[in-house]
Amino acid sequence: MLIDHPLLGLRDSSEFIYMGDAKLLNRPNWKSKNFKTKFIDYGYLRKNPAGVHKELWYHEQGDRSWLVVTRNTVTHEILKVELARYLKRKANAK
Amino acid sequence: MKYSGFKVLWEGLKSNTGWKPLWRNPDPKKNYDIIIVGGGGHGLATAYYLAEKFNITNIAVVEKGWLGSGNIGRNTTIIRSNYLLPQNQPFYELSLKLWENLEQELNYNSMVSQRGVLNIFHSDSQRDAFVRRGNAMLMSGADASILGVNDLKKMVPFLDFQNSRFPIKGGLWQPRGGTVRHDAVAWGYAKEADSRGVDIIENCEATNFLVKNGRCYGVETTKGLIKSKKVGVCVAGSSSQVMGKIGINLPIESHVLQAFVSEGLKPVIPGVITFGAGHFYVSQSNKGGLVFGGDIDGYNSYAQRGNLPVIEDVCEGGMALMPLIGRSRLLRTWGGIMDMSMDGSPIIDKTNIKNLYFNGGWCYGGFKATPASGFCYAHLLATGTSHHNAKDFLFNRFEKGRLIDEKGQGNQPNLH
Ligand SMILES: Cc1cc2nc3c(=O)[nH]c(=O)nc-3n(C[C@H](O)[C@H](O)[C@H](O)COP(=O)(O)OP(=O)(O)OC[C@H]3O[C@@H](n4cnc5c(N)ncnc54)[C@H](O)[C@@H]3O)c2cc1C
Repeated sequence: MLIDHPLLGLRDSSEFIYMGDAKLLNRPNWKSKNFKTKFIDYGYLRKNPAGVHKELWYHEQGDRSWLVVTRNTVTHEILKVELARYLKRKANAK
Repeated sequence: MKYSGFKVLWEGLKSNTGWKPLWRNPDPKKNYDIIIVGGGGHGLATAYYLAEKFNITNIAVVEKGWLGSGNIGRNTTIIRSNYLLPQNQPFYELSLKLWENLEQELNYNSMVSQRGVLNIFHSDSQRDAFVRRGNAMLMSGADASILGVNDLKKMVPFLDFQNSRFPIKGGLWQPRGGTVRHDAVAWGYAKEADSRGVDIIENCEATNFLVKNGRCYGVETTKGLIKSKKVGVCVAGSSSQVMGKIGINLPIESHVLQAFVSEGLKPVIPGVITFGAGHFYVSQSNKGGLVFGGDIDGYNSYAQRGNLPVIEDVCEGGMALMPLIGRSRLLRTWGGIMDMSMDGSPIIDKTNIKNLYFNGGWCYGGFKATPASGFCYAHLLATGTSHHNAKDFLFNRFEKGRLIDEKGQGNQPNLH
């Protein structure tokens, strides 16, 4: 699989480390209500879809950025690649 | 159908005209006591033990493809009981004991071949870890010994002992480990379950569960609604898809694992050799092909095929361990979808929907577990309580912080 890195262009996926579901970007607030249930969900439970999946790839053998890759888990087709830090900043600005 | 040496001779004289299919091909009835979703090794074993040990025979196994189309027919056939943790090891030892008597019990030749499993080590600390593991194995009643370089030089002289990165210092040896003809396991369990009255319904996908007031009373399938008192899900790599139908998220990710077979060679590999440090393991099939594999590809996948970087990595591991493998040609590769759990250990448990049970999270190690998994799942389905050898394989271990993490990797499924 080739990942179209927003800054570096097409890179081989073996340069990356895979970290799973991009839901990990949204860590629950430890002061929120039901924080325990939320953390169990965050830490252990996954939708694990057959189809489009948003997931984290870390460019360890490259520029060390975290990417959010939208990929089809049935065909391995990569639909979209974004920098995790931009997504995070955008979400925080809201 | 009964198999025997006499029957083979007799059929030989009759031009083999008397062999019959091993199981019927029934239409589903309206009602069953238990429906098993998934006709892989574990589902078929569960049906067999329910009939054999618990006298429950009004059972349907619904399978979306044909028997053996899942991981039971895709794995690299290794059986062993060489785990470390007390929640795991007695379970796998129970499984190995069941393997040892399986062919007699099922009257079916599944080629259980206990040629031994050897785990190689390369350093003092790795040796110490294997000594500890060997002691855990002995304590569970399994067999284990530590072999030194000289023993290995006699047993497997073709290894690269002087490898500069991973010089070989010895190995953990389990003589009772070995390999089993994988699809014969599915066929054998299917034959004996069927002959006890279990309906095996192929090409029948469970598309949803029938649930009312928090109770499950059957499944919706591509062959219509089928009702039952209890439903046991047992679908390996499809676990999240099937449980997702009723909104249950599992502590599981689906990953692809590849396997490799070379052209047929004369006998060269005595048993199973694992080279953990190099992410490679190998055995030799009865037909002579070298059967080998390594790590999962490492990303969520339902594709049943992997990618080239892992093929390269596995072949490099093979070359590092036993350079002679470079002379053989790779014949086939394929992939299967693994239900990788968050701690690398399985789940055999009730769900929060009454009468709905779940068995999954076997990672890449569920083949060896087939008999014990079926046995313990049958126990749970029949009695409502966990079998003592599977009492820790529960959903709530994640929230309780009682993970069963053999490798100590944490909640990262692709590292288990
Ligand atoms: C390449 C590879 C190598 C492996 N090597 C080993 C090894 O050496 N040793 C070892 O111990 N383990 C090994 N494993 C793991 C082992 O094969 C699995 O853990 C085990 O087979 C899973 O249990 P099963 O046999 O019940 O799964 P499967 O055979 O996959 O059974 C699940 C069944 O459920 C069916 N299903 C799915 N969804 C539905 C639905 N909605 N309705 C009806 N049916 C459905 C599927 O079609 C499938 O037949 C390996 C796996 C792979 C892929």
